[in-house]
Formats: sequence, structure tokens, C-alpha cells
Amino acid sequence: MTGYPHRHLLGIEPLEPGDIEAILDAAEGLREVLDRPIKKVPALRGKTVVNLFYEASTRTRASFEVAEKVLSADSLTITTAGSSVQKGETLLDTARNLEAMNPDMIVVRHSASGAPHFLARHCRSAIVNAGDGAHEHPTQALLDALTLRQRKKRLKGLRVAIVGDLLHSRVARSNVWLLSKMGAEVVLCAPPTLVPPGIETLAPVTYRIDEALEGADAVMMLRIQLERMTGGYFPSVREYHARFGLTEERVRRAKKDVLILHPGPMNRGVEIASEVADGPYSVILDQVTNGVAIRMAVLYMLLGEGGRETEPEPAPKRKRDRAS
Amino acid sequence: MGTPAGFRERQELMDAARLSRTLTRMAHEILERHPDMARVVLVGVRTRGVPLARRLARSIKKAGGVEPPVGALDITLYRDDLTTIAPHPVLKGTDIPCSIDGRTVVLVDDVLYTGRTVRAALDELIDFGRPERIKLAVVVDRGHRELPIRADFVGRTLTTAREEVVQVLLREEDGADRVVLLERARARRKGKTPHEGKPRR
Repeated sequence: MTGYPHRHLLGIEPLEPGDIEAILDAAEGLREVLDRPIKKVPALRGKTVVNLFYEASTRTRASFEVAEKVLSADSLTITTAGSSVQKGETLLDTARNLEAMNPDMIVVRHSASGAPHFLARHCRSAIVNAGDGAHEHPTQALLDALTLRQRKKRLKGLRVAIVGDLLHSRVARSNVWLLSKMGAEVVLCAPPTLVPPGIETLAPVTYRIDEALEGADAVMMLRIQLERMTGGYFPSVREYHARFGLTEERVRRAKKDVLILHPGPMNRGVEIASEVADGPYSVILDQVTNGVAIRMAVLYMLLGEGGRETEPEPAPKRKRDRAS
Repeated sequence: MGTPAGFRERQELMDAARLSRTLTRMAHEILERHPDMARVVLVGVRTRGVPLARRLARSIKKAGGVEPPVGALDITLYRDDLTTIAPHPVLKGTDIPCSIDGRTVVLVDDVLYTGRTVRAALDELIDFGRPERIKLAVVVDRGHRELPIRADFVGRTLTTAREEVVQVLLREEDGADRVVLLERARARRKGKTPHEGKPRR
């Protein structure tokens, strides 16, 4: 195992396969903690994590919070609503003020691509990208990979179809990078209006869902981001479902033991039919549990083992007896 | 586990036969002290405590007792020295096969040294329930305790220098059964060998 040599987790693109493997292995080891009678270990006692969320989130935010609590880190969550962001404070000012309180890590979600990278340049804390604009959502791709690896025992050689709104999807981008780094075969599928230019250099694109599903080991459905659908990308939700929705009939084109993944929140009856979402091949709820394990692994690897040599200036040593 | 960089073997402390006899004797001692084996759980501290606990459980059965269940404890998340050990310790997970409430838990580890591993193991174990009592069994007690901890079942007590390393090698993990004393490669002092401490119960 090569370990995780970086100070931040900003995206999947800059990672080596060994880094990804190390995070998945750590998550596998940490998952068991969630089944214990007392779901708490002291690994990150005395570490402070700020969750800075500029965009709506249920799963990601909740699972970061659960992961922080299970590992005994102290955490606080700041969301746009009810914070000084509404009074016009800039991202950098907010981050600098939070830094003055000496956190060890900032988990950030922002509508602007590159916001976590910007914070990484200006902050002392470790930065974790919890979704930046249409760019990356690395922990989502990692939890998807963990779910696939658990069920299929491998990632190499799997045929994975990613279907839906590729244009606005940071999940798709992170997943394409991760899966191709790990040797899986990725097929992308979306209506032509929702295919970002240049993505075909990363993986083949088809406009026909049946083609994408043919022989697939796994299908990752992407949410139609109705809140961003202001540009007339397709005529109607009904038409989208008819042409690109995942129905039971279409699932039959994939392999018998296909896995259906969805990052949530689902639009039932739009990109995915209810029978499929609740069907036997759906691993959507496994993804949520694995999401906590992946976030525990990321927290543990960035904060737990300490002593990273790449650190430009060591954070001031804090007393260990502050926690709980 | 190979010989760590910068160290070389100084002496073999036990060969396979002696290790096997030692474990058999320890199994008899455990059985003698806890005849009601149905209420005992052996919990090995990862990595080498786990195969040792399994062997002790088999020996207890051979000696006429009920084979006790064996659990595994990964104490990585309870350590107080994460910053000083190698980066990214591999997490292998804790597996306690049954409730430990009201039972006697025998913690099993290869070497007892500073006592910090045992401290972490006790903290973790107590998060799994309320055992009636916790006992400690180790193959080698090499001294230098930094915490008020002692073992109840000891294979062999040794007087060692802090710069030395005691390695318990097991066929399950290392391909062969041996206990060896290592020293720093360039710090050999002549004529001094570790000597047996007083035998202890």
C-alpha cells in the first residue's frame, strides 16, 4: 500500500491509482466501526473540522458530520442560510475568519468550480472538496467505487455506464476519472444538449441509452438537475424519461447481476423508474452507508496520521485534552 | 515481518518447538485458572495476537476444556502514538464474535513492552461491553513498562535493553515460528546476552 501522500483532497484527477486504493482500503477497515455497540473511536480526538456548505446537501453533509462524530473530531457546520455569507462576506474572508479559530480541516461545497483549490492556496487547514460547481465531487466517486468493489470484488475491467446530465454533473467527472484510472471501461450517455464539449476525450459518448446499457456491469444514473434546467436542454421531463429514463425493461439489456447506482437525490419517474430504484439490483442505500465509511477514511488519512512532510508550516501544536 | 531496517538478529530466544511448548503451558494455566471456559473469550490484539489466541484456544480444547471463542482487536484507532508510527497503518478491523458482558476476556498479544498497546486495547474492549474481568496473556514480557500494567499469563520474561527489539514470528504471518532478539546493526556490545527473569505465574 502506498498510502495517501497529499495534504488535501481536491479532486480525483490529480490522484494516483495507489492513492485511491489506499482510501478504499482504509474505508473498508473503518466501516466495521459503524456496526459497533458504541459507534465512536477516539482516533481524531482534539481535531476540529469545519463543514462549509454554500450549496444544499443532505447526504454529503450528513455523512461528513456522522464520520466526524464517529472519529471523535469536533465539528461545526456552516451553511449559507443564516451565516454572514448572506451579508455579502467573500469566500476568502469567511475562510480566513474561520481559520482564525484554528480548525484542522475545512470541508467545502461551493457552486463555483475551483473554490476548494482557491481555499487550499490561501488556508493552512487541510481542504476537502465536497463538491465544487460542475467540476468534481471526489468523495462521491470514492464511495461509488467502494460500493462497486464490495459487490464485484474488483474495478478493473468492469463495464460501467454513466447516464444522465453530464453537463452539470461533478459526480460524472469524478467518476470518469476514478474508474478509468482504476482500469474500468466507462461509457457515457446523455442527450446531445447535456454533453459538455471535450468529454469524449475521457470516455466514449453515446446518445442512445440502450447502447450504453448493453452488457454493463453497473449503471450510474445522474440526477437531472431540474434547478439548473433553465436553458431548454430537453422538451419535457416526460420526454426525457421516455428517451433516457432507466426502466426495468432497459435494465434487462445489462448483465444479469448489474448494479444500479444513483448519487441521490433521485427524481423518481424522470431519470429512474421507481421499480428500478427499489429493485433488487439497486445499491443506492449501500452507497449511503459507504459514504460515511469513505468520509471517515478521508478524515482519518488527512488528519489521523499527522506528520506529513509536505506541510508548508506545521500547525501550532494543540493540547490533546480538549476533546469530549 | 522481516527484520526492520537498521537491525540485525542477535539471538534466537525460542525455536518452533519451544514456542509450541510455551503456548501449551500457557493454555494449561488459563484453563486451570478459569475452568468454566464457557464464560471465557480470547481476544487477540492484531496482528500477531490473533493467531496466538487461536492456537491457545485449540490447546485449551486439547487440554480438556471447551474451546473458547476467539476475537480480534485492531487498536489502531485507539493509539496515542499515531504520529510516531509509520504513516498509514493498515486498518484490519475489530471482530468480537460474541457479547463480552459478564465474561472473562483474556487479551492475547505477542510482546508486552511499554504497555501502551494494552492500554489502547483495554479502552477499545470496554467500548464493546462490560466484561466481568480482563486478563492479559503475552508470549514475551520484555519489561520497560510506561504504564501500570502487568500480564497474568507470561510465556517468558526477559530483561532487555530499550534499543533492542523482540520479534515473535508466526507461521500464519511470517512463514515460520520463532522468537528473536534484534539489535541495532552497528551497536553490538560484546559478551552481554539477555538473561531469564524470575519465572512468574
